[in-house]
Amino acid sequence: MREVVEKKVLSENDRLAAELRQRYREQNILCVNFISSPGSGKTALLEKTLGSFAPGTPVAVLTGDLQTDNDARRLMRYGFPVRQIVTGGTCHLDARMVERHLNELGFRGPGLLLVENVGNLVCPSSYDLGEAAKIVLLSVTEGEDKPLKYPGIFHRASLMILTKTDLLPHVEFDPKLALENARKIHPEIDYLALSSKTGEGFDQWLAWLAALQQKTRQEAPATIS
Amino acid sequence: MHEVGIASSIIESIEAEARRRPDAQFTAVGVRIGELSNVDRDALAFAFEALTLKTPLEHLRLEIEWCPRRQKCLACGEEFVVKDWELTCPKCGEARSTCIGGTELDIAYLELEEPCEKS
Repeated sequence: MREVVEKKVLSENDRLAAELRQRYREQNILCVNFISSPGSGKTALLEKTLGSFAPGTPVAVLTGDLQTDNDARRLMRYGFPVRQIVTGGTCHLDARMVERHLNELGFRGPGLLLVENVGNLVCPSSYDLGEAAKIVLLSVTEGEDKPLKYPGIFHRASLMILTKTDLLPHVEFDPKLALENARKIHPEIDYLALSSKTGEGFDQWLAWLAALQQKTRQEAPATIS
Repeated sequence: MHEVGIASSIIESIEAEARRRPDAQFTAVGVRIGELSNVDRDALAFAFEALTLKTPLEHLRLEIEWCPRRQKCLACGEEFVVKDWELTCPKCGEARSTCIGGTELDIAYLELEEPCEKS
């Protein structure tokens, strides 16, 4: 006999992600999840972003890699709480890893939680981390057709950031075509272009983040005093 | 490649169900995989077979239903399958539509045989 089950394959991860989302809402934390291929500039973007915040700004970082704590060491120099998640071979972060490391980090809102996923355009898109937004990075040294090759992540991301724009004069990359391809998959996706090296485009990126933070704050429940 | 993780999650669900019904013989599990789910069918089938080998679930069939991306037109309500990334409504030409299918990663059903109740 056939018995209807109808449940998500990743229902356990979804349950934990829902708990995280609830925690973020209660503590007024904006969590964003950065996803890209290896080497697209996630860590450099985070470094430049942290460097733009005043000391004492309530911000924390979780950074995922298969091995090494190199990224955490790079990011710690900015004086904000950072924790490396070493997945030991797993190609993505899941909600349980985030929950455990967030507890160990002891970060409480209100504030901003930046989660740098493992460099991979495929698997991280399947795992909800309770984030308010997924942000996908594409660097100008990659192909304009990546959104078509990896539609899952471009479909789920709220924002696409084109990185390494300082290299545009040296490579044959057409930003307009890359954006057209992304919007074929996800017509409403936001778009920014920047260079973490020169700082070009950073004002727009920080404004995008601030606007999302503002929106999240308005949706958060009134603080109980 | 996270198909091994996906296959493990499917197997964990079945094992939980098997603990609940120790007398049942599970014969098949049906899953729905969407085009936008980033799961490769062949890799999933391979992982599932490898993980169930020489276990009580060795003979369990994995039945995969592949789900293309589907959109619903925001103007006329037409529901259509997306081909070649074309999101424009084929009926009325409206460009705006909303995604209604293709992200599936679901366990749809289990097939099992249960011994008849003894009278």
